Amino acid sequence: MDTVKIGKYVFKSRLMVGTGKYPSNEIMVKALEASGADLVTVAVRRVNLDRSKESLLDHIDLKKYRLLPNTAACYTADDAIRTARLAREALDTDLIKLEVIGDEKTLFPDNEALLEAAKVLVKEGFTVMPYSNDDPIMAKKLEDAGCAAVMPLAAPIGSGLGIRNPYNIRIILETVKVPIIVDAGVGTASDAAIAMELGCDGLLMNTAIASAKDPVAMARAMNLATEAGRLAFTSGRIPRKLYATASSPLSGLIE
Amino acid sequence: MKIKLNGEIKELPDGATIEALLESLSIKAQGIAVEVNREIVPKRLFGASTLNEGDAVEIVRMVGGG
Repeated sequence: MDTVKIGKYVFKSRLMVGTGKYPSNEIMVKALEASGADLVTVAVRRVNLDRSKESLLDHIDLKKYRLLPNTAACYTADDAIRTARLAREALDTDLIKLEVIGDEKTLFPDNEALLEAAKVLVKEGFTVMPYSNDDPIMAKKLEDAGCAAVMPLAAPIGSGLGIRNPYNIRIILETVKVPIIVDAGVGTASDAAIAMELGCDGLLMNTAIASAKDPVAMARAMNLATEAGRLAFTSGRIPRKLYATASSPLSGLIE
Repeated sequence: MKIKLNGEIKELPDGATIEALLESLSIKAQGIAVEVNREIVPKRLFGASTLNEGDAVEIVRMVGGG
């Protein structure tokens, strides 16, 4: 069976999905199911003291899904490290999707701070999955720092622009040995398929599913596209040629 | 005594523990993390950890995110 291994964890699905921005918890639960994902991301926030009984985790079947807490909205290494430690304490997990954001408008990562935080968290025993630029040099540095995967963005978070730089992703795939998970920027099923056809080990997405008109149907589309793209990659596609090659035999033609 | 809880001033009886604070808020210990003055307090110490005047307490849990 085709699986993806990140650190000591093995996942059946190459599609990982977020839990944010769904119209309702009911739709989220159905979309998670349709996506086929077994790793789902969550964010760490203050308990809302006016509604302290409400908990996202009441809706997610923890026997079915492993949680990947993130450090979203952290703008410094210190904040990200602090958030990662809180997530580990809350969930009793060493998995962390490490985000250190550099700018509000693009939500691009702050490379220096990301690497700094990654080094600290790896030393503390975390399984670090950093959200990074599609920069091969940075990806290699994150691998060298001990990250269990590298997660280059396809395009800005929530933008739906698709794989903007497939050539950089290809270079990253050639130079980095840990799993490469394309994180952020996917808009529709063909984007997911393209990432998988490039040879990426997996995909992480949230907005493309949660903000689709029909999130449950889109989750299934992404599930199928991820699998289709992976199969196409492992099957070995034909080379691109400028001119035609006949599919039917040229011998045995009637006269 | 007054503490700062998730950024808001809160009045608590003197000598209140983290456990008592969580109980008063109907928050179960499962799936949350508590920081007092930026130090994480492990769950097993909630019952024994008394809060002091002016403590800055953060209680976090998971919410939807990507």
